[in-house]
Amino acid sequence: MSILGTRVVRTEDPLLLTVGGTYVDDLRVPELTGAARVTFVRSPVAHALITGIDVTAAREAPGVVAVLTVADIDDLPPPPPAPEGEPPPGSEAAPLPMGGPWAEPLLAVDRVRFVGEPVALVLTDDTYQGEDAAELVSVDYEPLPAVIDLDDAVAGETLLFPAAGTNVPVNVGAPADGSGFDGCDVVVERTIVNQRLAPVSMEGRATAASWADGKLTVWVSTQNAQISRFIFAGAFGLDPAAIRVVAPDVGGAFGAKIGADRDAILVAWAAKHTGRAVRWVETRSENLVGMTHGRAQRQHITIGGSRDGRIIAYRNEVIQDTGAYPRMSGFLPFLTGLMASGPYDIGHVETANRVVVTNTTPISAYRGAGRPEATAAVERAVDLFAAEIGMDPAEVRRINLVPPDKFPYSSGGGAVYDTGEYVKALDQVVTAAGYQELRAEQARRRERGDTLQLGLGLASYVEITAADAAGGETARIVVHDDGTATVYTGSSAHGQGHHTAWAMLVQGELGIPMDKVTVLHGDTDLVPLGTGTYASRSLQLGGTAVHLAAVDVREQARAVAADLLEASEPDLELDTEHGVWQVRGDPASSRSWAEVAAHAGPDGLTADVNYTSQPTFPFGTHLAVVEVDTETGKVALIRHVTVDDAGTVLNPLLAEGQRHGGIAQGAAQALLEEMVYDADGNPVTGTLVDYAIVTAAELPSFELLLSETPATSNPLGAKGIGEAGTIGATPAVQNAVVDALSHLGIRHVDMPATPARVWAAISEATASTATREGQ
Amino acid sequence: MKVTVTVNGSQIDAEVPDRTLLVHFLRDVAGLTATNIGCDTSSCGACTVLLDGRSVKSCTLLAAQADGRSVVTLEGLANGTGELHAVQRAFRAEHGLQCGFCTPGMVMAAVSLLQENPDPSEAQVRTGLEGNLCRCTGYHNIVRAVLAAAGEREAR
Repeated sequence: MSILGTRVVRTEDPLLLTVGGTYVDDLRVPELTGAARVTFVRSPVAHALITGIDVTAAREAPGVVAVLTVADIDDLPPPPPAPEGEPPPGSEAAPLPMGGPWAEPLLAVDRVRFVGEPVALVLTDDTYQGEDAAELVSVDYEPLPAVIDLDDAVAGETLLFPAAGTNVPVNVGAPADGSGFDGCDVVVERTIVNQRLAPVSMEGRATAASWADGKLTVWVSTQNAQISRFIFAGAFGLDPAAIRVVAPDVGGAFGAKIGADRDAILVAWAAKHTGRAVRWVETRSENLVGMTHGRAQRQHITIGGSRDGRIIAYRNEVIQDTGAYPRMSGFLPFLTGLMASGPYDIGHVETANRVVVTNTTPISAYRGAGRPEATAAVERAVDLFAAEIGMDPAEVRRINLVPPDKFPYSSGGGAVYDTGEYVKALDQVVTAAGYQELRAEQARRRERGDTLQLGLGLASYVEITAADAAGGETARIVVHDDGTATVYTGSSAHGQGHHTAWAMLVQGELGIPMDKVTVLHGDTDLVPLGTGTYASRSLQLGGTAVHLAAVDVREQARAVAADLLEASEPDLELDTEHGVWQVRGDPASSRSWAEVAAHAGPDGLTADVNYTSQPTFPFGTHLAVVEVDTETGKVALIRHVTVDDAGTVLNPLLAEGQRHGGIAQGAAQALLEEMVYDADGNPVTGTLVDYAIVTAAELPSFELLLSETPATSNPLGAKGIGEAGTIGATPAVQNAVVDALSHLGIRHVDMPATPARVWAAISEATASTATREGQ
Repeated sequence: MKVTVTVNGSQIDAEVPDRTLLVHFLRDVAGLTATNIGCDTSSCGACTVLLDGRSVKSCTLLAAQADGRSVVTLEGLANGTGELHAVQRAFRAEHGLQCGFCTPGMVMAAVSLLQENPDPSEAQVRTGLEGNLCRCTGYHNIVRAVLAAAGEREAR
């Protein structure tokens, strides 16, 4: 029996469970012996001019090696010019407004634009000295009005980038004129918030660097060692060949460690500038303002259709808060628009988006990156429509989901969905959950006027994974003359289990047992070319590359084995159960991989693949069941049932783990998490005491259902699974909260549905009912 | 100041600054880097170790407070012959870890939980691990692992 598709426990775990991982702070390599600690001096104000920096006292503090400010940056090339030309309004191009008037400096030059922006670096012998010395750096700030509110940003009374003349770097899509909704019996519209979140990987950002003999080595907690190398090369004007980037164990990332950010570049620069090896490991308080945030959209949704449940038109108009500097967030609302209509067959779809700068931490990718925002919007819209026409939300979904005979399906948002069984996924969840019985129980509780009301929330979704599949992924496989194999992969693990999965692919194709397969990644000296892990791309691109390299090696080996056995190639077979080559039907002729590899000559058995492909479109349905305490507003998620169809599954254990984690993060957005700023731009959720990460006590065990509809674009049939959980779970839980209160006339509660917010919604609804009854 | 701490059975004598946190003592003086630091507010539990057999957050104690006492970290959990603790085995079997950063603290918290309550319900496991944050697993398989480890101990 093939190992593919089976529940294989991870090869990564024995080390992680006995001596722990080797994260940047754990590295004890010789190059980092005696490395100085880097402590950043960060802006404590959201928007201000810097009128002076005095480092005298800090330089004299114990243990200080150097205090570096923008005045010390005299050895870097100027930043690249702005990309030319603006995309025309309504264009499908994804604008990335970086550089030019929106350029983000390494250290703040004469102005700070968010709390947490790097202003200076302090290098000390140890960490505690760094904290002391950083306190002694005196920076004079002349405060400017902070732009926090999105409408204020659009109004542009205060500009973050005066040279740009606006706070709106991107504005695409036609304004609403309502004509698209002609012919609808019912039109519902609403402004909703997809709030700002902090990624909070358990390991924050971390970078270490050494500069010796004209070569820069950077160890960085990143999703992409190879991309990071090009970023460092550009920043330092160095040939990439003079840079080695190593991603050691990475303690979670969730999109916020794509590439290398300005803080990482500064740490590497400090090593190059001072000649001393350095290491920086951020604190959590630093992480919560320094690492990019995610989501942060305000959406105006309009949905229209017939009274019998057919959705005819949908519009999603997005304002994307990009924070103080446009990074990837120029691109995020483009993905939101692409996936706007979700899994529904809607004839008329309109999207528009504006990106605005505010005096807050920059926004970038966070588990889902633009697609959870699309799903949250359309799933709220469908429920609003269902409530308006008085139809069960499950039935409205069933009527409007793209039917299986319409694939490949060109969506109103502009995507081409590859394969799907959307109705089946919905029905599977509805049946497994006992949806009708739950509705009956909900009715009984309403009838009795129970304090604990039941809510059912559905979310059907389709998402795009490996959106940049054309960029591809690399793999190299070498079979050695001792019968072992080494896989070099451009994909870069940070918890997903690549080592296990890639070794399974090799065993499945070649019969070389997993424990004889070494997987190497995340070191540009070993793997110079590659892309890395994001956008749920790893298995479908990186895994397929490994698969194709294994096929290539197998065919090379067939020729070698034919020579060895003096047989013709078609007569040879590979017994993948035992990992031996033999003349068909003659086990006595068998030769091991070691023998074949040894016979292959000096070049051995080596295959290189750079696999490019098309994006895939995973889909599914989530059902959340919540209990809402109508006296306190407290919500408890008591069940969560899902289908997450990501094509053919290689290792169910790993796929389920991805789903679990995503569901928890998604539910947490609906119920708990929000990065909050006050009107002056001070973060009020700047520690883990204030920023609510979900704990085990607030979650149920999840009920996962199986569904596999293979992708057609890659030989593994694989789609991405990494982000499905956050995409499906958030709107399911939010819809459940609203559903629990719908009998009170409540149609919407913004996220996070905290007790205070839910209690306020209940109080307002019951007060207005009382008023009406009193009239 | 001078402190003497028994770490994973070995006595360590060291002169450390007064303000040294236990977690930095373990990582930088004892050289045991499994114990991680995930926050600065005693919220996340990544640094959980056993102090005289009970779980503590080692970022919340000074090394001085561990003077004369005994600490067990993840590195000291398996017995001398290399046989893994039931909790370690269960975390692997149930896929109770992904990136591994919270794992050392989570495992030590689970060990302590099972010492106090050898046969916990799912709800008791969830409440018992409330002080340890994980961002990867959604806790589903961590809870499975702790229940499995409890079951294995029962069976013995």
